[in-house]
Amino acid sequence: MSGVSRRVVMTGVLAAPMLARAQAGAPIKIGEVNSYTSQPAFLAPYRNSWILAVEQINAAGGINGRPLETIFRDDGGKPEDAVRHAGELINNEKVDLLAGGFLSNIGLALGDFANQNRKLYIASEPLTDALVWARGNRYTFRLRPSTYMQCAMLVEEAAKLPARRWAMVAPNYEYGQSSVRWFKELLTRAKPDVEFVAEQFPALGRIDAGATVQALAGARPEAIFNVTFGADLTNFVRQGNTRGLFEHRSVVSVLTGEPEYLEPLGDEAPEGWIVTGYPWEQIDNPTHTAFRAAYKARWNADPKLGSVVARDTVTAIAAALRKTSAIETEALIATFRGLTFPTSFGTGDVTFRAIDHQSTLGAFVGKTALRNGRGTMTDWRYADGAKYFPTDEVVRTLRTAPV
Amino acid sequence: MTVLAVEHLAKSWGGVQAVAGVSFSLAAGEVLALIGPNGAGKSTCFNMLNGQVRPDSGRVLLAGRDITGMAPRHVFRLGVGRTFQITATFGAMSVRENVQVALLSQARGLGGLWRPMAGQKAAEAEALLDRVGMLEQAARPCGVLAYGDLKRVELAVALANTPRLLLMDEPTAGMAPAERIALMALTARLAKEGGIGVLFTEHDMDVVFAHADRIIVLDRGQLIAEGAPQEVRADPRVREVYLGTGATAGGH
Amino acid sequence: MDDLVVQALSGLASASSLFLVASGLTVIFGVTRVVNFAHGSLYMLGAYVAWSLVTHGVFAFAGPFWQFWGGILGAAVVTAAIGAVIEVLLLRRIYRAPELFQLLATFGVVLVVQDVALWAWGAQDLLGPRAPMLRGAVRILGLRFPLYELFLIAVGPLVLAGLWLLFHRTRFGVLVRAATADREMVAALGVNQALLFTGVFALGAGLAGLGGALQLPRESVNLHMDLSTITEAFVVVVVGGLGSLTGAFLAALLIGELSAFGILILPKITLVLVFLVMAVVLVVRPYGLLGRAPQGLHASSGPPDPLLLPAPRALRQLGAVVLALLVGSAWVLPDYELSVLTEILVALLFAASLHFIMGPGGLASFGHAAYFGAGAYAAALLVQHAAAPMWAGMLLAPFAAGLLGLVFGWFCVRLSGVYAAMLTLAFAQIAWSTAFQWVEVTGGDNGILGVWPDAWAQPKPVFYLLALVLCVGGAMLLRRIVWAPFGAALRAGRDSPLRAEAIGIDTFRTRWMAFAISAAFAGVAGSVFAYAKGSVFPTYLGISRSVDALLMVLLGGVQTLSGPLLGAVALTGLQEQLMRGTDHWRLLLGATIILLVVFFPQGLAGAARAAWEKRA
Repeated sequence: MSGVSRRVVMTGVLAAPMLARAQAGAPIKIGEVNSYTSQPAFLAPYRNSWILAVEQINAAGGINGRPLETIFRDDGGKPEDAVRHAGELINNEKVDLLAGGFLSNIGLALGDFANQNRKLYIASEPLTDALVWARGNRYTFRLRPSTYMQCAMLVEEAAKLPARRWAMVAPNYEYGQSSVRWFKELLTRAKPDVEFVAEQFPALGRIDAGATVQALAGARPEAIFNVTFGADLTNFVRQGNTRGLFEHRSVVSVLTGEPEYLEPLGDEAPEGWIVTGYPWEQIDNPTHTAFRAAYKARWNADPKLGSVVARDTVTAIAAALRKTSAIETEALIATFRGLTFPTSFGTGDVTFRAIDHQSTLGAFVGKTALRNGRGTMTDWRYADGAKYFPTDEVVRTLRTAPV
Repeated sequence: MTVLAVEHLAKSWGGVQAVAGVSFSLAAGEVLALIGPNGAGKSTCFNMLNGQVRPDSGRVLLAGRDITGMAPRHVFRLGVGRTFQITATFGAMSVRENVQVALLSQARGLGGLWRPMAGQKAAEAEALLDRVGMLEQAARPCGVLAYGDLKRVELAVALANTPRLLLMDEPTAGMAPAERIALMALTARLAKEGGIGVLFTEHDMDVVFAHADRIIVLDRGQLIAEGAPQEVRADPRVREVYLGTGATAGGH
Repeated sequence: MDDLVVQALSGLASASSLFLVASGLTVIFGVTRVVNFAHGSLYMLGAYVAWSLVTHGVFAFAGPFWQFWGGILGAAVVTAAIGAVIEVLLLRRIYRAPELFQLLATFGVVLVVQDVALWAWGAQDLLGPRAPMLRGAVRILGLRFPLYELFLIAVGPLVLAGLWLLFHRTRFGVLVRAATADREMVAALGVNQALLFTGVFALGAGLAGLGGALQLPRESVNLHMDLSTITEAFVVVVVGGLGSLTGAFLAALLIGELSAFGILILPKITLVLVFLVMAVVLVVRPYGLLGRAPQGLHASSGPPDPLLLPAPRALRQLGAVVLALLVGSAWVLPDYELSVLTEILVALLFAASLHFIMGPGGLASFGHAAYFGAGAYAAALLVQHAAAPMWAGMLLAPFAAGLLGLVFGWFCVRLSGVYAAMLTLAFAQIAWSTAFQWVEVTGGDNGILGVWPDAWAQPKPVFYLLALVLCVGGAMLLRRIVWAPFGAALRAGRDSPLRAEAIGIDTFRTRWMAFAISAAFAGVAGSVFAYAKGSVFPTYLGISRSVDALLMVLLGGVQTLSGPLLGAVALTGLQEQLMRGTDHWRLLLGATIILLVVFFPQGLAGAARAAWEKRA
């Protein structure tokens, strides 16, 4: 921040808050809480992209003449610390809205905090369905496609497979368990004769890969549904490759096509898995190409999925701020309901649904492949999130929060 | 009146008979010494009396009541005080507090959560410390006391439940000779005044012959002699057992 | 049937990996009595260093075979050297400190290493190459089994044999064994103890490094390896019996095989299995499979505890002034500062409750978060299922936590030293996994939301004053109990169980009740925290919260009553400031802890007391 604009901020703080907000040129503040130290691999590309997006908006004159300012806070992976930061951001930093969250339980804690303190919270990354359904509230909106949506996208492909005997492997926590539950439910609905022959729930980050692979193989499945990710996935794939678990078997796997998870696998990335993900190097529409180039220019790195999530969050917030006359929570909620903004995937517009505050951002569904010693996606298509929701009646029973 | 009666007490450790059918008794006000060479079974015998070690067979009767195998803390309730070969005191507590805890325990007052202990039983504790000559050091932590002083604190603690039986395992070990005589003289006087039966083990034969009313001699787990000091001193079997240290046994 | 054989082999391979880490830990503990929390960090460093050596081809000149294996062995040597440096620069200065104090120092090392590793190797998981000649698989009973896993199965027994030879055929080894059996004796023999300890620490660190390096062809190298390893390594060491290599080997086998077969029957058991094993083993065999009753573990090092003295007048006046300031803050400070103060107050009561059982009770708890969490969950569940008002939740919390303390304590207080501490950890993990897995009731890891205070207590100053009354009141009550006869009986049982029993004290019952009291107060802290945060999560019962409490007590000084209070303020305040200010808060916090440990080995309050006494 330059000396001049810091002085502007100082003036803003010293003056009465209402006055400061009305003042043209005073920054609009976003409080962003995330697990930067505990999940650096995912959140460094996220924050970089966020910073870039804000820089670009400010360079283009900001929001109605006012710059965006983000105050980042690290929660160290603990919901109780995230809530403390949220309090500080609201009370001391006087932020206009909250954003962030990577882990589901932190997203839920921030959502509940926002509800209690009547402040807008835009959840960017957390996947849990509870965030918009069972525990959704009027102050919380979520960008990324949920567990349900990711599963629904994959079930569509899985149902086309001849396989009847399925085995599941998922990390032992809410995300893993509800992925397995949705997958089973939706696949059974699409293909009633399927059979689920084995389930493995290794502890998150502590998979005993050899034993897990052997246990799955012992059940002789025809196909495998995988939810593990990160280090667990790497270890699972290595053991599975060596022991031949994936040979002559279909594998359907959530998130595995995201560069965050595919790249660490290097030349051992599995081939032919049906995955959701982000083939960043192959999406060549103008919007995405521009984004990729700008990101590369600013950070000398290729974007990850987190980079898209961050950028889209900033884009959505900026779009809402532009449409709202007064930067005030109730007005922002009204704007966010049904808000439409373009995603940096370049696949068109995305909408925050009024019915459950979930955005219709989608994901890419395709198959994994090896090219030049790195994992990538082939045969991919963009699955528009709007197509992967339960009916509105069902959503109304799932979401009990007052609208 | 018989304070302690021991009947056919036996204990073996992994096939080695440490104590093999020992019987003896102790009257109120009597000071009885238990002696024997190293490894004779003195400590095992001693530890069976207050329940620290469970005997294989035999009985221990306290004033006619069977206390065989009873846990030490229950034996304490029945009026048995105890000192240890290697002193056991509460090192991070003051001398006064050590005695206060024992007094409060006797009065079943250790459950208290509210009233500070400092004001409870302090005078009685100091009276006891005065009797063993430790009053001046009442505020010092036990952890820094000289060994002889610790022995005295232990005696005060052992007296806290106004015992009818006092068990003292080598009460004067580590003390200067003059101190030893003084401590045992004190013990003997307390025994006579309070009608307390005292059983003690001791290596120092000066102490034994000076203060014991009666002596029992243990060798390889068996009682080989019993009687007044002069009788025991004259006993040929005792002389044989103590041959190596005959000078000590017979020199006085 | 064939499947089961191969499953058993998979279990053996895991067992070998476990044993490698645990062997170093048990050797270090056996000799130095240091509870080395940084062992997982050394394991992680071993893996990272191996990755660098192998992928950068440091030994490439000797051919592909040595490029790999030279890198693995080189990593072990480098880690051993790092271990030696840690011992010489840090641990050597604090061997005379109270028991467990070294844990604090090694925890500082953990924090520092996390940031250093992030800086040196980046955030992304790293995948090492596979081992030359051991890339593929062999067919066993028609099923494919990786060659490298077979190799690992052999490595465990080989390392065990190598260590056996080292300990039985060399002078160094004989000294190590003697020191494990009786430290004082070795000192009396005129052996250079400092050199021996450095050697042992380097050996243990090297084994950890080797263990990490050998995972290279199996697992990705990542920044979470340290903490995911350390607890399991401790479990293996404790189940085997502290200091016993053969015991550690047996324990690793037991845990490896039980995990391999456990997941066939109960796939979700992965969360808690190792802790269940530890709980069962310790309840049945209080010193592990092959351990022996520790000799003088309590008084193993350092001078005896100093006398507890009533606070001097000046300190009491200071306390009154601070209390008055705290009360006044409610009208002066803005909301956020009040919420931070509320958190510090909660930490203060939590630390005081742990100190109650750890200081006067002489029983370190590595799982005190269980009772904190029990209080929080009791309140939250009451709100969720019965829509109960806040006072009901706060009233229920100490009873629920106290009851849990009664149940767990009944097993724990029979044990002593590190065994007791690890049993408390096992129970805490069982409680944690219950909260984590029993989704229908506890909401699982998504927690329970909407645990906000009643309307009257929602203004921050009001809730702050309530927290002040409960937390400071609770801490003062605990202090009162320490001075009361019950506290004296508790301290008596700690100082000399033999004497305590001989004067009629039921030491078991006293410690048991103290454990429950301590748990109940932790529960109060937990319920205040739940309402302050508005939500409850399994992390409230997690290891890191237990460790936080432990750090506060140790940092402040376990031997004084004001220590934990000072430690709570220092740690919570420091962490809040650093986390807000910088992404490198772990490095700074770790370095601060290390410095405090080196300069104030009696803890902050202990140092203040020493300074005060010197002045007087």
